[in-house]
Amino acid sequence: MALGLEASLGDTVITTKLNKIVNWGRQYSLWPFVYGTACCAIEFMSTAASQYDISRWGAEVVRFSPRQADLLLVCGTISYKQAPVLKRIYEQMPDPKWVVAMGACASSGGIYDNYCTVQGIDTIIPVDIYISGCPPRPEAVLDALIKIQEQIKGESILEDRHKDFKGILD
Amino acid sequence: MNTTALENLQAAFPDATCKVVLNSVVVEVQPENLENTLGRLKNEQDFNCGLLVDITAIDYLEYPQQQERRFHVVYTLRNWKTNLLVQVRTPVTDAEEGIPTATHLWESANWGEREVYDQYGIHFQGHPDLRRILNHWQFEGHPLRKDYPIEKGQICFDTDRMENAIRARLVKNGVDETTMKDINTEVMFLNIGPSHPATHGAIRLLVALDGETILANVNEVGYLHRGFEKTAEQRTYNQIVPLTDRLNYCSSMMNNIAYVKAVESWLGIEITERAKFMRVVLSEFYRVLDHMVCLAAALVDMGGLTNYWYLYNEKEAAYDFISRLTGARLTSSFTRVGGMYRDFYDGWQDDLEAHIRGLEKGMGDTLKLVDTNRIVHERTQGVCVISAESALSYGMTGPTLRASGVPYDLRKDAPYYNYDSFDFAVPVGSNGDIYDRFMIRFYEMFESIKIIRQALKDIPEGPINVVDSQISLPPKKQVYGNIEGLANHFKLIFEGVKVPQGEWYDSFEAANGELGFHFVSDGSGTPYKLKVRPPCFYTMGAFAKMVEGNMIADAVINLSCINIIGGELDR
Repeated sequence: MALGLEASLGDTVITTKLNKIVNWGRQYSLWPFVYGTACCAIEFMSTAASQYDISRWGAEVVRFSPRQADLLLVCGTISYKQAPVLKRIYEQMPDPKWVVAMGACASSGGIYDNYCTVQGIDTIIPVDIYISGCPPRPEAVLDALIKIQEQIKGESILEDRHKDFKGILD
Repeated sequence: MNTTALENLQAAFPDATCKVVLNSVVVEVQPENLENTLGRLKNEQDFNCGLLVDITAIDYLEYPQQQERRFHVVYTLRNWKTNLLVQVRTPVTDAEEGIPTATHLWESANWGEREVYDQYGIHFQGHPDLRRILNHWQFEGHPLRKDYPIEKGQICFDTDRMENAIRARLVKNGVDETTMKDINTEVMFLNIGPSHPATHGAIRLLVALDGETILANVNEVGYLHRGFEKTAEQRTYNQIVPLTDRLNYCSSMMNNIAYVKAVESWLGIEITERAKFMRVVLSEFYRVLDHMVCLAAALVDMGGLTNYWYLYNEKEAAYDFISRLTGARLTSSFTRVGGMYRDFYDGWQDDLEAHIRGLEKGMGDTLKLVDTNRIVHERTQGVCVISAESALSYGMTGPTLRASGVPYDLRKDAPYYNYDSFDFAVPVGSNGDIYDRFMIRFYEMFESIKIIRQALKDIPEGPINVVDSQISLPPKKQVYGNIEGLANHFKLIFEGVKVPQGEWYDSFEAANGELGFHFVSDGSGTPYKLKVRPPCFYTMGAFAKMVEGNMIADAVINLSCINIIGGELDR
């Protein structure tokens, strides 16, 4: 039933907030860039394969060019040697973009508390969702995806979410 | 056999001290005799050690027995025909000055010595390209030295351009300024990775191209260097098992087994018959899974996505069995020193048999699409060929070496866990091209399934852990029931299994080749030093040799068919 302005415009026009319609579109067409480095990447392969099938959430278009992707999935350990590469890839992704740290290593360094492992990718780039586990099960990856979708729903399309972020490489 | 080997070696090198350690002969030489000793071991008919398995160093700074020299370098050599394993040890007088290189004898010494330089700061005189390999170029200090604090991370701000390396390689391949002018096109440099779909992980390839043909190639590894060896020095022997999961994460159980096998062989433990059979069944099962991931990825790179689903769905189904058995899908941590973590669950045979049939179906369906497929043949046959001689020189082992026609397989040549009583063949290639490396994995999967079926028939009932209060945890009834049991449990968990002082090397035929562990123990429950001999690392060292002269698209499928796994490559 149309109310207010919609009532006078007839049933071919709907009114909504810009945030709402744009976020609705973004939410169900996330294109992931899989930054797979280690064991977690194998579990991401399982998430994409038939049994778990990530396409049920509209995120199966895995891109290998950061310029075509809006969801950065960091699957695996990030070493200091790799950090500038990860940062560069993040910067190459056009806004809006979201980041998932998959697994213990990406979230906190995991069992590798040593001279070569970055203790969590949030010291380099801003992270939206962390997934625990070493490696996480595919269900956990899907859960993170759903959480990102929920988060997108409430976002403003004009606001730059991470303009104050400062990492160790900045 | 080892006593004769020892006598021969002692007779040949009267100045050196020779002794037998497990199944290897350790030859201790002074640095001035090193070059001569290594040369003779390689070239003399009696020894003929064609395979330089690994190079490592030991820092004795904190070792209980004071050593005259702080650093020792160890070369592990093998004659695969006679199963002669020799370790040549030499003290290093001055790390800055270093010791002579072995790169003119074996190609594998190139990357091996670079790693020792990177981790220990020992120089190798005459090495053609001595720079860091695992740590980044802005790193200062040498992390495996005992006085380097484990938590001291160093930030890398920029990636190495590798311009000098590729130009040097071009010159080495005979492409200099004049040739560049002669060919009508300019040499183009193309960087692939470290994050690229073709690298299946984090490896960086830099190629110099003439059109699509590769003139020179250099590779950068170490992007997944996670400090396995330094971390292991802080853990008890059983606590290292979970770390080994993450070496070759496609076949984690094989790493678990290889690791505890190495510890047990030094402890002199004979594990129970049932544990042996369990290890054989599980190793072979994981070998199939490992090859499946490799082939699935290789076929995707070749453009055959359907095969990926055929293989991967069966592998995914097999995870159900694994997670029911171990509690995890990928990281199994299923072995303990002296046996296994748990026995099989009730009804495992039926589950396993059902999964094997599933795997066979997946392999069969894929083979139907691939076996007589002209596109596959054209793309792989006669492409990226490596001869048996070169493959050995580069230290390649496992399926990639056998594809070049060398029938070297530790399960046959140095059998363990009753492998000599199983009926199976070792498939061998004839050309050493991508096709051979690719098909050999198919045939190995069928052979592995053959072994599993035989083992399933003969697996005995019985205990899975040795009964020894110094090694295996006591039964829970005793832990909760009496103080001795509780104290025993507590001591084993906190102090770890005490391993007698010494130094040894033991190896295992993993899915990718010879997976070796070089230990130094100071008698405590924590290894003083643990070096992994990763099969991938040396195979990757041969990558440039394989792809130069071929097309860029061939390099991509060659990379996927040699199955480089980052965790094992960079540790």
